[in-house]
Amino acid sequence: MEMFDLTLIWAGIIGFGVIMYVLMDGFDLGVGILFPFAPDEDSRDVLMNSVAPIWDGNETWLVLGGAGLLAAFPVVYSVFLPALYIGVFLMLAGLIFRGIAFEFRFKSHRNRHWWNRAFSWGSTVAAFAQGAVVGAYIQGFPVEDFVYVGGALDWLTPFSVLTGIGLVAGYALLGATWLIMKSEGHTQAWAYRLAPRLLIAVLAVFAIISLWTPFVDDAVRERWFGHLHLLWVFPALALLCAFWLWRSVQARREGQPFIATLGLFVFTYLGLVVSKWPVIVPPNYTLWDVASAPESQLFLLLGVLFVIPIVLAYTAWSYWVFRGKVRVGEGYH
Amino acid sequence: MELDPLLLSRLQFAFVVSFHAIFPVFTIGLASYLAVLNGLFYRTANPAWERLANFWARVFAVVFGMGVVSGIVMAFQFGTNWSNFSLAASNLLGPMLSYEVVTAFFLEAAFLGVLLFGRGKVPQGVHLFASIMVALGTFISAFWILVSNSWMQTPAGTELIDGRFHVTDWSKAIFTASFPYRFVHFVMASFLTGGFVVAGVSAWYLLIGRDVEANRKAFSMCLWMLLVLAPAQAWFGDEHGLNTLEHQPTKVAAMEGNWETQSRTPLLLFAWPDQQAQENHLEIGIPGLASLILTHDLDGEVPGVSAVPPEEQPPVWWVFWSFRVMVAMGLAMIVAALIGAWLRARGRLYESRGYLQFMRVMTIAPFLAVLAGWFVTEIGRAPWLVYGLMTQEEAVTPSLTGGMALFTLIGYVLVYAVVFYAGTLYLTRVVRQGMLPEPPHDDEVERPKRPLSAAHVPFEDAANQPGRS
Repeated sequence: MEMFDLTLIWAGIIGFGVIMYVLMDGFDLGVGILFPFAPDEDSRDVLMNSVAPIWDGNETWLVLGGAGLLAAFPVVYSVFLPALYIGVFLMLAGLIFRGIAFEFRFKSHRNRHWWNRAFSWGSTVAAFAQGAVVGAYIQGFPVEDFVYVGGALDWLTPFSVLTGIGLVAGYALLGATWLIMKSEGHTQAWAYRLAPRLLIAVLAVFAIISLWTPFVDDAVRERWFGHLHLLWVFPALALLCAFWLWRSVQARREGQPFIATLGLFVFTYLGLVVSKWPVIVPPNYTLWDVASAPESQLFLLLGVLFVIPIVLAYTAWSYWVFRGKVRVGEGYH
Repeated sequence: MELDPLLLSRLQFAFVVSFHAIFPVFTIGLASYLAVLNGLFYRTANPAWERLANFWARVFAVVFGMGVVSGIVMAFQFGTNWSNFSLAASNLLGPMLSYEVVTAFFLEAAFLGVLLFGRGKVPQGVHLFASIMVALGTFISAFWILVSNSWMQTPAGTELIDGRFHVTDWSKAIFTASFPYRFVHFVMASFLTGGFVVAGVSAWYLLIGRDVEANRKAFSMCLWMLLVLAPAQAWFGDEHGLNTLEHQPTKVAAMEGNWETQSRTPLLLFAWPDQQAQENHLEIGIPGLASLILTHDLDGEVPGVSAVPPEEQPPVWWVFWSFRVMVAMGLAMIVAALIGAWLRARGRLYESRGYLQFMRVMTIAPFLAVLAGWFVTEIGRAPWLVYGLMTQEEAVTPSLTGGMALFTLIGYVLVYAVVFYAGTLYLTRVVRQGMLPEPPHDDEVERPKRPLSAAHVPFEDAANQPGRS
């Protein structure tokens, strides 16, 4: 079985699943974060309708990723979840409230304001919790013999609060650029006004995190200021995307801002991955330390390789079906 | 008071899994019923079948949606509260649970949309095929979940090396000793659940005289099925019990409330098991009957709970009473089916208002039976999580404190209370609205192709709406 490294293949699959989730659920969580600030109730209908047909397909990647982690990298699963216990609960509660709000808001009139709240709060809390997870990951976890040995709120530090706020701003930016693409009229004008401000917020947080990270993690510091200069290509590309985003909003382009924001996320993510590689449970364990047995990895690989193309095709198809602008008064009531 | 993270985690798991289980157990039965209805419509072109299929597809959509929402939590529950178990069993359970997810998504991606939104848009044969595939998908999902549970009850095909299970033989690990019994028992339970719900709702429609033709058909076919399945389930449950006796004798001892290993064991109708004293109070029983049922011999020997030391015993009171609730519900279902057959023979099946009212109430029975059954098998496994190999105490997350566990337990109860309240309220509205005169005309391009959206029902009455539709 030494023809190919199953662990690497699985790292690729899980890594792909994580970025797919972040990009796709990112913009619909972002729409939820922006929800209370929308100009009026008609705009809110447009906001919700722009993501309603696709949001649950986006969440597919989260569940797939969770189960895949247990199967391929069980130590990640059994260290991260206890370490982030409270954060995971908040994220799930947020996602559940947001999920049922999608279904019931349009079918409700008297209680609509409650579903509005469930939608925006659920989205914001879930996004913040995910951002805090990223911060906690950069910080690392106290682990002994593959078991988490820290406390309940160790993950909640000023640093992880900042990454949490950063991801909320980042998702909101994804949401705003998505709306530029999907809406028109005063909703689109509002999204255009919002995008540059959110970009500034994201870049500010991004800068603080970048300055702070080397002090949080020695390994990253050594890597950044060591001899691997290739690494600087990712933040450079991310900044290039930010610049493109700025210009395309100025020029009132409709599709480009969203693409640029996706690029911003992808290069930031790659930068993070390269900074940590091949450590996956910081500070101690590499991918190969935490992998499951090769026979288990192979057993599941067969099914996943069969299903992922189908899920991708289905996803592409639903985006195709629901392409174009969302207009006021359309959608389901 | 010292908060015990283990006890709180057990309570949380019991709560979350019970809340989740009621949805799939219903949708598995209902998915097959939809396939039957679509098949009948395909064969006979009788519009009554189509009306029924459309109505029950809407109910299916809501319940399926609630099952998915409550299932997301399950995917993380093992890691948050049972991290040692997750790590130890990951080589087997990881692939099993992932295959369940993969199956469910494949099904949802490919066929659920066609079933819920495809009527009139795709050829009838394609719609029927999608309906059959959805039903098949629910079975495959149940298959993987019950494989996981059965391996925890009767582990095989794995060996424990340095605190981690390694799969030595996939087919042995998947098809463990208790799996076939558990799977058939569960599938029959979901058919009974689907049958009693459809019968109960049809009975209510017949009582208020709405769409009598279609609902008589539905009521009648359910009762035929229940007449076969309810007694068959009792017989098969007994087979399952004999299999449990072979592999988990202490669980059966707890179900029977039998402390000392003895022959001529009575079947207890009532008792108050006392774990401290290792005996029952207030026993009322039928002498020798438990021996007869379990060993087919009045003098047969039935194992006792006290045969194992107290720290290896399950909480007998819970197992004993859960088992009695399950059996009582099972008997009530058999009685309901038999009365139906008797009324049918006398030609009064649709006229007897008392019986229709009784069937309305019986809608709840299969749900109680299913939950009680899970309580029996899961609590009866205590203190083991993987039977004979790993205890619950060894499995629980080491870093978990009582305060953390209490926080999430209260949190999940609150979250699910909202979900359940909104969902149930909405479901009753879907049922109240009843059969639409013709299939809803789907001209809304932007409507999400998702389960719940298939139920075109507003959340509140049309009264006091602001001026928007």
